[in-house]
Amino acid sequence: MKLTFSAEDEAFRQQIARWLQENLSGEFEAIRYRGGPGDEHMFHAERHAWEQKMAEGGWTCVGWPQEFGGRGCSIEQQVIFHEEYARAGGPGRVGHIGEGLAGPTIMAFGSTGQKQKYLPGIVSGRELWCQGYSEPGAGSDLANVKTRARFDETRQQWIINGQKVWTSLAQEADYCFVIARTDPDSKAHKGLGFFLMKMDQPGIEVRPIQQITGTSEFNEVFFDDAVCDATDIVGEPGEGWKVAMGLLGFERGVSTLGQQMQFQNEFNEVIRVAKENGAATDPVIRQRIAKAHTELKIMRYNAMRMLSGQVGSDGALQREALIYKLYWASWHRDLGELAMDVMGPQSQILDADPYQLSRLQAMFLFVRSDTIYGGTNQVQRNIIAERGLGMPKEPRA
Amino acid sequence: MEFAFTEEQKMIRDTAESFLQEVSTSGAVRDAMASAVGYDASQWQTVCKDLYWQAIHSPESVGGMALGYVELVAMQEQMGRYLFCSPFFASVCLGVNALLVAASTEQQQQILPKILAGKTATLAFSGAAAGRNAGCWDVGTVTAQWQQQGDQYILSGQYEYVIDGASADYLIVAARQAGTVGSDGIRVFLLTADASGLERIPLPTMDQTRRQARIILDKVSVDSTAMLGQPASAANNLSIILDLATIALAAEQMGGAQQLLDMSVAYSKERVQFGRSIAGFQAIKHKAADMMLRVEVARSGVYYAACVAEEALAAIAGGQQCDRAQLAEAASVAKSYCSDAFFQNAGEALQIHGGVGFTWEYDVHLYFKRAKSSEHYLGNGSWHRERLAALLLDQETGL
Repeated sequence: MKLTFSAEDEAFRQQIARWLQENLSGEFEAIRYRGGPGDEHMFHAERHAWEQKMAEGGWTCVGWPQEFGGRGCSIEQQVIFHEEYARAGGPGRVGHIGEGLAGPTIMAFGSTGQKQKYLPGIVSGRELWCQGYSEPGAGSDLANVKTRARFDETRQQWIINGQKVWTSLAQEADYCFVIARTDPDSKAHKGLGFFLMKMDQPGIEVRPIQQITGTSEFNEVFFDDAVCDATDIVGEPGEGWKVAMGLLGFERGVSTLGQQMQFQNEFNEVIRVAKENGAATDPVIRQRIAKAHTELKIMRYNAMRMLSGQVGSDGALQREALIYKLYWASWHRDLGELAMDVMGPQSQILDADPYQLSRLQAMFLFVRSDTIYGGTNQVQRNIIAERGLGMPKEPRA
Repeated sequence: MEFAFTEEQKMIRDTAESFLQEVSTSGAVRDAMASAVGYDASQWQTVCKDLYWQAIHSPESVGGMALGYVELVAMQEQMGRYLFCSPFFASVCLGVNALLVAASTEQQQQILPKILAGKTATLAFSGAAAGRNAGCWDVGTVTAQWQQQGDQYILSGQYEYVIDGASADYLIVAARQAGTVGSDGIRVFLLTADASGLERIPLPTMDQTRRQARIILDKVSVDSTAMLGQPASAANNLSIILDLATIALAAEQMGGAQQLLDMSVAYSKERVQFGRSIAGFQAIKHKAADMMLRVEVARSGVYYAACVAEEALAAIAGGQQCDRAQLAEAASVAKSYCSDAFFQNAGEALQIHGGVGFTWEYDVHLYFKRAKSSEHYLGNGSWHRERLAALLLDQETGL
């Protein structure tokens, strides 16, 4: 156990830092520090162009194996990459669902054809993805999906009908990975399929959801005889749950490091305001800032532990990985409250009409989704108790 | 950058765990609580002889094992889990650290072999000032005074909350020159417990698993060879010693928090109410999940702090300055989180155990009391957070 990086890794740090300094400027200057939580809908076109610029430099999918077009970076180098990216004020990555979720799932469970068809578009930063999991009746009880997939023998295509909800950036995405019921008589996690679907087709309609922030990252997605080629189901019909759960494992992986660095940037902004407006002399605010610092600092080392020993000998997630979502989501929620309390009454005055929130104001509101999406805090506690501590499951109604 | 135990570190941890599970049973802890010095002295001599734990991070030149702080905290974690009553914390985490940081090579050559042979030590630095404002644990709380008379130093004053102060063979004490405040005028001295004018008064403690004492020095005379290190660096050395001890204490707190979780989960699975084990109720599961979160976060914080401590000690051993701000920050991160985590877990464990958690018979109260005593030793969560706030908010550069 040690904190220092090797000379080789430090050279890598120089390399990425220099590339960012040279490229995250000029036309891209305006998007520095943008596109974070609560700001994800902003500067989309510019950030999409930036994603492709990153790809030209070989800086997308840095943790992917080289055989799939990635950079094949070690865990250490990925840590460094995320640190330097945040330090440079790199904007929120529009490609993160493809790079962090869709790609790793296709690599792990997809066919050769699927790998050839989808991975290059992710690596190049051209094709964006969204995630079709939640439904109006399948939130915490995710396995209760009602969206149906029927195989049409004559067309040799899957026909999808149903509705997804809370689909981040569906309006910008080229593809969506969808879990849908392949066996109409099945219940819960049995009888599901995992589909890779093109968004631009007549059977798919995207309707934005106006959120607490007044903005619309999240959407409803309606499937009305939408089609998916026979070759675009990942795994066999009925195996969708297994694939979907494998993906949740990736969600807790390296992609969280970049997020943490964004947290650090937000926290630095809170400290800057506190010093500026005098809140930094209030003893209670001082305690809260120190607590936030403590827990963010530890979050980093918790992620390091998680990455140093990804899975236990039994293949199960280790304890530090089980607690991770509950921990960061609660921390981030508290940071939002701290930001407003540091700003004081000025926190209630907006930058401008119509409803133009500052970065910290948007963050305060947006973070309330963190403890809900991707498994609510309550669901996380059940998972920890059941998988981490071997406590009995809730009896099924 | 690696953030996992090596195979050797795992072996050290596992050896400590299996030994302590066997010897530090509930009965053994209660026997120690009732004993004169607060631990089984003959058992400690066996540990020193057979397991050599007291030598864990002393250099090879004095016969030590020359292992790092990561190994030390791995053992502290296990001692915290099993509430091991022993002089390890006082003697190694206070005493040996003090010698490694402050003593000259000659002094180390002279004293460390004696501690490695089974003598014990502790650190006394703070007077009644430590108890003010709900706890103050920095160099400024030194109130005992030294006076120079020829080649002799005359030490007078009173120390509070000295861990194992009534039983330790060596006392490392801090004193200041009359009229100085803060970190000015500080010196650190090594005394033997039988020094003339030294009085030791055991203090009755709520947590009976670790003893505290008041030490009174009434014109104790020592010669200049008893002064550890150079005068100019004494205050800085003392603050480093305190940070190192703080990190070791945090590891022990984390181990205690882990044990409380394990005890509570095991009890909740056995305890049947409303026709099923209470472990199946979300009200209990969610408490347990929060306990596990605190333990795992505490663990990550302790391992981080241990790495920083290891770097600091390596720098000092190589005759370099250590990174003071980084060490202080790591100690305060670990101690503030672990203090709160241990006591919160103790409170929840008591609640999950219900009525039996309130009894003397069950072990919950031993951890509950240890949690509170460790929280208030070397700075509670609020004190350490204020120290972090000063680093973050009151300096131009910040952390």
